[in-house]
Amino acid sequence: MNDDQRPVFLERHTYRRRRMKDAATLLPLLGAALISIPLLWLGEARTANVMLYLFGVWVLLAVLSALISRHLHTDDASDAEKDPQDVSDP
Amino acid sequence: MTILNVLILVCLSYVVFLFAVAFAADRAARMGRGAWLRSPVVYTLSLSIYCTAWTFYGAVGFAARSGLEYLTIYLGPSLVMIGWWWMLRKMVRIGRSQRITSIADMISSRFGKSNLLAVFVTVIAVIGTTPYIALQLQSVTLSINAFAQADPAGGGGMPNTQSTAFVIAMGLALFTIVFGTRNLDVNERHHGVVIAIAVEAVVKLFALLAVGVFVVWGLSDGIGSTLDRIDASSIATWDVSGSRWVGLTMLSAAAFLCLPRMFQVMVVENQDERHLRTASWAFPVYLMLISLFVVPIAAIGLELLPSNSNPDLFVLTLPLTAGQDELAILSFLGGFSSATSMVIVAAIALSTMVSNHIVMPVWLRLTGGTAVVSGDVRTVVLRARRLSIAAIVFLGYLYFRVSGGGAALAEIGLISFAGVAQFLPVLLGGLFWRGATRVGAVTGLSVGSLLWLYCLFLPSFGPGVILPQYVFDQGLFGLSWLRPYALFGAQGMDKVVHAVMWSMSLNALSFIVMSLASFPKPVERLQGAQFVNVFEHSRTGGTWTGGLAQSEDLLVMSQRILGAPQAQALFSKAARAQGLGGFLPEPSPDFLQTLERELSGSVGAATAHAMISQIAGGTAVSVKDLLAVADETAQIMEYSSRLEAKSAEQARTARQLREVNEKLTQISVQKDAFLSQVSHELRTPMTSIRAFSEILRDAKGLTSEDKAKYSSIIHDEALRLTRLLDDLLDLSVLESGQIAMNSQTGLLSETLDRAVAATGGATEGFAILRAPEDEQILLTTDLDRLSQVFINLIANARKYCDAEAPELRIRTKRENGMLIVDFVDNGLGIPIDHQSLIFEKFARVGETKAGGAGLGLAICREIMTRLGGGVSYIPGQGGAAFRVTLPDVQALAAQ
Repeated sequence: MNDDQRPVFLERHTYRRRRMKDAATLLPLLGAALISIPLLWLGEARTANVMLYLFGVWVLLAVLSALISRHLHTDDASDAEKDPQDVSDP
Repeated sequence: MTILNVLILVCLSYVVFLFAVAFAADRAARMGRGAWLRSPVVYTLSLSIYCTAWTFYGAVGFAARSGLEYLTIYLGPSLVMIGWWWMLRKMVRIGRSQRITSIADMISSRFGKSNLLAVFVTVIAVIGTTPYIALQLQSVTLSINAFAQADPAGGGGMPNTQSTAFVIAMGLALFTIVFGTRNLDVNERHHGVVIAIAVEAVVKLFALLAVGVFVVWGLSDGIGSTLDRIDASSIATWDVSGSRWVGLTMLSAAAFLCLPRMFQVMVVENQDERHLRTASWAFPVYLMLISLFVVPIAAIGLELLPSNSNPDLFVLTLPLTAGQDELAILSFLGGFSSATSMVIVAAIALSTMVSNHIVMPVWLRLTGGTAVVSGDVRTVVLRARRLSIAAIVFLGYLYFRVSGGGAALAEIGLISFAGVAQFLPVLLGGLFWRGATRVGAVTGLSVGSLLWLYCLFLPSFGPGVILPQYVFDQGLFGLSWLRPYALFGAQGMDKVVHAVMWSMSLNALSFIVMSLASFPKPVERLQGAQFVNVFEHSRTGGTWTGGLAQSEDLLVMSQRILGAPQAQALFSKAARAQGLGGFLPEPSPDFLQTLERELSGSVGAATAHAMISQIAGGTAVSVKDLLAVADETAQIMEYSSRLEAKSAEQARTARQLREVNEKLTQISVQKDAFLSQVSHELRTPMTSIRAFSEILRDAKGLTSEDKAKYSSIIHDEALRLTRLLDDLLDLSVLESGQIAMNSQTGLLSETLDRAVAATGGATEGFAILRAPEDEQILLTTDLDRLSQVFINLIANARKYCDAEAPELRIRTKRENGMLIVDFVDNGLGIPIDHQSLIFEKFARVGETKAGGAGLGLAICREIMTRLGGGVSYIPGQGGAAFRVTLPDVQALAAQ
């Protein structure tokens, strides 16, 4: 009954926000993968280079998180409804 | 003036400044002016209590020992923050909707408000946090000692380490008590404390960045040369243990979620869920900045300072040896801020847990109930909290004294992390798995914390202190597979990773297995549904059964906890919502639930639950609640069933309206028909009267015979008109019920005699057959009206009976408590299609020889209805048959 009422295709902003939710869920996984990569360079790389890489990843993750979070509203538990605020978002 | 004295002066003024900031913020919040207190920036900064003195001093020491590995401690929480959408958001939402006061409260709430679990979590948290508090005290005393050592004019020698630590502990306890237990707030929010730690967050970040900038551009020659010097140092090679890299990242992520102090600022003090959005990127940036200069400081420190100097204090000793006293003091303030903010928040979080889950239940049991005790529970709660704070800080001090401040800072921090990380399986399971049960949670926590104690915490004191040396060598009871650092034969692992691996995996395993094997209680299932599906229905669970609860007792109890004005306001608001006046609402389930939530904000969910159940008698899970447990779509089902009920009601109303409308239409038609009938009936006699009176007036030469004939016609028609009008009047009076019935007592036979006589009696052409012996019945009713009915019926028979030898039989009998008088003639009777009409006004059957207005039977029916009986046509009697019924109470057999 519930499934029948859900639209199959979504209006553009709602669609965008859903994908942002997916991105928000996947971002920590991406982060975990990125900070594990230096383990492949064990014994070869220099501390200074790995440090630069890790801080670069850190900044990248923060920027991505900021970009994604801008599109997420904490109070939209139900997916289908349209948030009027969303219209003003770029 | 020595640098040590300057340091103490600066430190004291800094403390006074913090007190002032906290006081001003508290004041502003109380007066409702502090919108800036609730900004996302303040929230993000308050999260920085994650960075304690362990970070400020210890990170550099960590880096000096094992290179980049220290980053794991900050990368883990960063990952948690950027993954806020699926974990932190849920925790914060649940924390708000269930009024959670601590991590122990959250876990106990989730598993059926079990106080056992709450006590368990509290004890583990206290054990895990005490060393950490000791660590903070140690770092402050160490840093003061570093100043004393560096002080060239240090005539006073080394300050007493123990007394320094004691003074600091006292000061921290005082600050925490003053600002942490000022209000027994519904939401446990401490604006003063939050602002103070936000300020301290800025100070420590600024101090660390300042030292870093000094090291990179002051002691070294910019970024390029610093990187070269890192390359030349002993930590130049990227060489970490893979298991430690992954394990510590996961451990710090877990601890970030589970540390009582983090839970306090992240969930309990959260003002607005949207703040998480800002913190999701701002806090990782903060952590990144905090750890940015750690490796340069460590590398330069290793290079410049003598090899026997403590790397944990490089942040302080580098500026000191370079003669930068101001920078050193700033750095000291940073470390001091890190240490104090951690101790303050940890003490608040732990004291809430201790007082809500240990002191209050014990106190409640000792005093034997809430409704009967005297005194103010509020003061008891506050006192319990203050004592708990003092006790926790003192415990930390005690640990510091006993351990002697030996172990490296990073070690204690990791041990503490591993202890609180034991909450993670239960927390995650509770938030995402509805099948998690209380039994599973207790088992998992027990297994995990026992392993942590045995594999990490107790051995950390060193061989021979708590665990004897032979346990390390041969294992417990001489079983080699029980060696604390090589459990189940897991040799050669790092001891932290070893302990975390075994404790967490067995914790999770036993939690899952026992959850699968046990069956939850209804309250657990309900809370489980509410936690896991918090975004679908943010309602609270556990309906109270009212009735037994006494509103007055509840008010007395609430006043003691919430304070009299707040409690009275709450109660009178509830009473108004129920449509009652005064202060005492009905103890409805809704009200009890609201009250429980209010109380749980002050004393924790389990205690509030226990307090109300002492007065209200107990909870019941209603069918409606069970629906929520049983089915994900409970909400929809409830909604649709409500819709169904509503539409059924509307259908009923519509049907009623239709019926009324039909009746109205019929009545309108009847009225029209009646009016046309009346005018028709009046018109016929009027026409003849007019015609004959015109003849009399205009025609000449009428014989007196004609005149008499015409006059008598006019007279007859006038009589008929009069009769018609009389009947109409009679009927309308009867119908409107304005007529009064004169009750008389007489024999039925006499009434019948009168009626027969009035209609001309039995004649030769019309026989009336009666049974006089049956008619000896004494009646008490309006006999005149009754005889009017009889007359009508007899006259009708006389008029309409078309038999050769017409006769009327009058039979009387008593049946089923009714007196029945039948009038049956031997004519053709009334055709079936007319039988339903004969009692209507102006109803006349066919073209009959005798003229009548057709009102007689209608009048009869009205009269009989008024007398409490009725008149009806009975078919199949061999002629027209009318039955008059009267209730028997009015009839008595004649004596």
